[in-house]
Amino acid sequence: MNESLGKPIDRVEGRLKVTGAATYAAEYQIKNLAYGVPVLSTITKGRVKSIDVQQAQKMPGVIGVMTSENCMMLHSPAGSDPGSGKFAEKDLLPLQNDRVLYGGQYIAVVVAETTEQAERAAALIGVTYEEQKPAVGFENHFATAYQPGSGLGGAKTQEKRGDADAAMKTAAVTTDETYTTPVYSHTAMEPHATIAEWNGEKLTVYDATQSVMGVQALLSTILGIPKENTQVYALYIGGGFGSKGFTWANTLLAPMAAKQFNRPVKIELKRQQVFSAAGRRTQTQQKIGLGAGTDGKLVSVKHDTISETSFVDEFVETAGVATPMIYSSPNVEVKHSLVRLNRGTPCPMRAPGESVGTYALEVAMDEMARKLKMDPIQFRIANHSDMDEQKKKQFSSKYLKECYLRGAESIGWNDRNPEPGQTKQGNLLVGYGMATATYPANRSASSAKATLYVDGHAEILCGTQDIGTGTYTVMTQVAADAFGLPVEKVKVKLGNSSYPKGAQSGGSQVSASVGPAIRAAALGAMSKVIKIAIADHKSPLYDKKEEDIMAGNGRIHLKDNANVGEALVDVLRRNGMDKVEAQAKTNVSTRAQQSTTAPDGSPEAKIEEESKTNAAVQADEKTERKDYVFHSFGAQFAKVLVDPDLGTIRVEKIASIMDIGTVMNLKTATNQIMGGIIFGMGMALMEETKYDPINGRIVTRDMAQYLVPVNADIPEIDVQFIGKPDPYISPIGARGIGEIGITGMAAAIANAIYNATGRRVRDLPITPDKLI
Amino acid sequence: MEPFKLIRAQDNLQAIHSAGIKQSKFIAGGTNMLDLMKLNIETPRQVVDINKLSLYKIEEMPDEGVRIGALVKNSDLSYNPFIKTHFPMLSEALLSGASPQLRNMASTGGNLMQRTRCPYFYNTDFACNKRLPGSGCAAINGYNRMNAVLGTSDQCIATHPSDMCVALAALGAIIYVQGAKGIRTIPFADFHLLPAQTPHLEHNLRQGELITHIEIPALPFAAKSHYLKVRDRASYEFALTSAAVALDVQNGIIRQARIALGGVGTKPWRSLDAEKALIGASATESTYKRAADLALATANPYKDNAFKVELAKRTLVRALKTVEGLS
Amino acid sequence: MGDMTDYSPDESNKSKLGTTRRGFLSQLGVAGASLTLAPLLVRAAGDSQKGEDIAAAPAEITSVSLTINGKTQVLNLDSRVTLLDALREKLGLTGTKKGCDHGQCGACTVLADGRRINSCLTLAGMCEGAEIVTIEGLAKGEQLHPMQEAFLKHDGFQCGYCTPGQICSAVGLVKEGHAKTDAEIKELMSGNICRCGAYQNIVAAIKEVQNA
Repeated sequence: MNESLGKPIDRVEGRLKVTGAATYAAEYQIKNLAYGVPVLSTITKGRVKSIDVQQAQKMPGVIGVMTSENCMMLHSPAGSDPGSGKFAEKDLLPLQNDRVLYGGQYIAVVVAETTEQAERAAALIGVTYEEQKPAVGFENHFATAYQPGSGLGGAKTQEKRGDADAAMKTAAVTTDETYTTPVYSHTAMEPHATIAEWNGEKLTVYDATQSVMGVQALLSTILGIPKENTQVYALYIGGGFGSKGFTWANTLLAPMAAKQFNRPVKIELKRQQVFSAAGRRTQTQQKIGLGAGTDGKLVSVKHDTISETSFVDEFVETAGVATPMIYSSPNVEVKHSLVRLNRGTPCPMRAPGESVGTYALEVAMDEMARKLKMDPIQFRIANHSDMDEQKKKQFSSKYLKECYLRGAESIGWNDRNPEPGQTKQGNLLVGYGMATATYPANRSASSAKATLYVDGHAEILCGTQDIGTGTYTVMTQVAADAFGLPVEKVKVKLGNSSYPKGAQSGGSQVSASVGPAIRAAALGAMSKVIKIAIADHKSPLYDKKEEDIMAGNGRIHLKDNANVGEALVDVLRRNGMDKVEAQAKTNVSTRAQQSTTAPDGSPEAKIEEESKTNAAVQADEKTERKDYVFHSFGAQFAKVLVDPDLGTIRVEKIASIMDIGTVMNLKTATNQIMGGIIFGMGMALMEETKYDPINGRIVTRDMAQYLVPVNADIPEIDVQFIGKPDPYISPIGARGIGEIGITGMAAAIANAIYNATGRRVRDLPITPDKLI
Repeated sequence: MEPFKLIRAQDNLQAIHSAGIKQSKFIAGGTNMLDLMKLNIETPRQVVDINKLSLYKIEEMPDEGVRIGALVKNSDLSYNPFIKTHFPMLSEALLSGASPQLRNMASTGGNLMQRTRCPYFYNTDFACNKRLPGSGCAAINGYNRMNAVLGTSDQCIATHPSDMCVALAALGAIIYVQGAKGIRTIPFADFHLLPAQTPHLEHNLRQGELITHIEIPALPFAAKSHYLKVRDRASYEFALTSAAVALDVQNGIIRQARIALGGVGTKPWRSLDAEKALIGASATESTYKRAADLALATANPYKDNAFKVELAKRTLVRALKTVEGLS
Repeated sequence: MGDMTDYSPDESNKSKLGTTRRGFLSQLGVAGASLTLAPLLVRAAGDSQKGEDIAAAPAEITSVSLTINGKTQVLNLDSRVTLLDALREKLGLTGTKKGCDHGQCGACTVLADGRRINSCLTLAGMCEGAEIVTIEGLAKGEQLHPMQEAFLKHDGFQCGYCTPGQICSAVGLVKEGHAKTDAEIKELMSGNICRCGAYQNIVAAIKEVQNA
């Protein structure tokens, strides 16, 4: 009975955003607010010998300076599951000792009455360091590379089937190339910001985060306060892309300073500080070896990645994570190793792993197709994987071949000359390229609360958040359909840690995780209403069977006779009820290792108890999933124009065909895929964080030096969806789409540039200097 | 930011008088001054707001030259019909710079005073002789892809960032300045200084002197001129390389030429050598290439910016071909 | 779609959030024509240091009279306060966003005397006599500005953080009248970065307003 799901309705919070009324973390008007300005290290490695705060402390308006010498002690976080909070740098809780392990690390926080006063005073803090020789330069440290344990969410970092080396030796055609990707910065438009306010033992935090529940759990652990005393809000978030998925020091420093100086404190990072102290994508070097027969069938795939992490935590960019699954090959070997550098710790950034991994693999596929003299699409179809050959499981649904064909049609693939450097449009060289896109369809346990009010409106509470992806909107649609109400009558409330626990906004999991929970909660409430009607002598539905009754247009009625029924509000009013509520938890995870059972007596345990009698939850949880793997797929196509003299690259058109299950809202879904595409364009053509080769500190630390695409860079973009529901992921059939849009994009562009120019650039970004 | 006193000057003399003291700076658009003050790179104790002065006129001269008030906004100058017709390279240079918002703020005089965007200059954690004389130059052995290849010294390799100034250099503009002792003019070529051993000295203005106007002398053949800018993204970015070019071609022979380069020099880089090579020669690609070789003959590339030498040549050749096509 | 007061995902929280915006402003007395924003020269309690004042002079106060969204105000501010920080931190007009604070992203775009500018690179004290319009000043009561309507309809945003700047910039662009083609709109909207990548929809929204 989908009334609104799939419809391209306007964003429900859109009006607040276009009027400036949506409130982001730094914007809460808190009485008596003080401003905290961080002081960051200006050396790359060493120790802080002394901090002279005297001058700063005397400055007008300064309330105090928080340093390692006077700040509170913190408790080390135990867990590292992002769902329950992950501090980004587990061995570097802020201000706990005198060690400096990267440039731009927190040394102190100045708190003053105004931001101008705090900034001025911060500039007067004198820090004396004992400097040590830092580990600088990625390539300089390959000899120290080691094999890490596991990747994000327990992902394996070493995978093998068959004997890739032996198969490579006997393969008719081989390619063996090295691809490099630089450090990237998320550059979400809203810099990280936190306001913290203590009220006795109770802490309220407004944070720019992709996980209100994670921040609540972490603050509770690290500050040593009960969860119920820790309230976190993130009603609107100015983009995250992974940078606000892990928790960074600003989220701790604000409550620490607020406690120390007995004032509400706001810490809003400067853009320059975001580059060093709030995450990034790691640098990679990927060696890809492919072996194929003359028939174009892959016989061996090797993907060997070196990436880097910091000295204070381990983050593995699992570039090879999709490689064992994406194509059919009897022999596959995937390796990851890590080196440690004196840099801030990397973290997930839009499609961590797949984004850089599909760049290298899909350029390698293009190189192999060229050697085989095969059309790149035909080469991929010839090696299409009908199942996950590594896990030996079926895909829950997969329409990749259709994506290729529709994409080829949209981009005009027939106009492509397989010989590179041959096609001109005026003075410009024309090229076409394509690549496969893929990202796993993650789903994790989620809870929600649904309330139907006697005035005819309904409300959903869920402790997830909308980082700009459209969660408010699509969840309103999900709930409206379950209640049988128009979307105008449904309010979805998110971004509040006191709500039932929802998923973190990461791993493209919110829609698939939270949607079924919200649906089940709403259906649970409706079931209660129906039961009340059935038991009510005055109801036209008295003594009918629940399974014969459905909801729609604000009524409940017989399925086969809509005239027999009544308005929801009549049921409540007649029974003297001002509302009917239900809570539901859908304990489903597409990642085998996650099983979440709430502790006895906790609010979450009550939800689990109630869910045992929720028909929607039971049906969802009983769906057999263990024989399936869940992945989204897509095909990315690019047409580029290259000026052969100046090396300038103009992307003329992008076609992106996505198989992501049910499309919950065509408008927001299209927008999100376009966003991924544009991230991919930035990755391919301009983005790059550079470190000083001598002292290892970030050089390109603002938005004039770190370039992201502007409006003038944007080509015509055609986004299409296959639109076939995934029958196993959830009753809604939707897989998440936050990340797949970037995957394959850089490769499609790089392959198009090769087709245009005959130049194979294996080092991103592809800037004019690399083409002249 | 350091505390400062903000003075709103009502006329030129008040502005000049107020700014006569040390640690006093003018502010007009503020797009670079405030940017640098926030980073503690500029630390004036007194800021003289000159936006109320009457320096907003674009005056066409009888001989088809033009006088541009120092406070004329970059956007107004770029869309001025007289400028678009007579000096298209200037309009194009302005429109290729910054963003519409910044062009609505930035003034003509302020654009002349724009400081380098060298990332090491912009970061007080690094050594920079321009920011702190004697501290060293972190760029020379650092990440220097965006740095200059012309006019550099062992003390500084910072690129001059302006697009507008490249056009003004080619056009041979004259800068009118007013100080306590009266009015004087500075030829454009003499306004900006090479870094040499004193990279912190960037221009020929004295303390308190106010830029009042910029005059572009009549240059009829500049009606066929062009500014070409090459960069990593399509807009809102400083140049990798750029070229401002005007040509007077008659019967296939170049009679007059103006050439200046951007993105490659420590100051807006007019190349008289390249102009000489063009004048009297036939308007062919080989002539252009010879001129381009001469324009970059003294280039001194560093680790990451060697490509600029070749790219600048190609940029210049392309701009010359484009202007030739206009004839 | 309901109107703003009708749909407000956060309304139940607002009451818990310390002080509401309206309450905060009335405490400051912004409703009147003149406002002194203290404490700027006052030392914080607990700072008992006396004697030599080091390094710099104390903060200088600048008085500025300007019109914001049709209301004339006199502000007495630390001379260092930018127009952006005056709006966000002193006046509670947080619709104007801080993305980079250096004129490199456009999130802070407002209209000054009808022209779009970056409020982060403007000192409040330089706005004497200026008429400033921010995102909060575009709608007429409940009736959205056509550009706001068009952004909503064409989904010209995701996270919403660059949106006020995009909309103010777009209003400025239409008024300037230099953008006739898609390519010109794109070029002349390039001072507003949208990291979510809603650019194509932003262009569609602007075209709709231009063609209306």
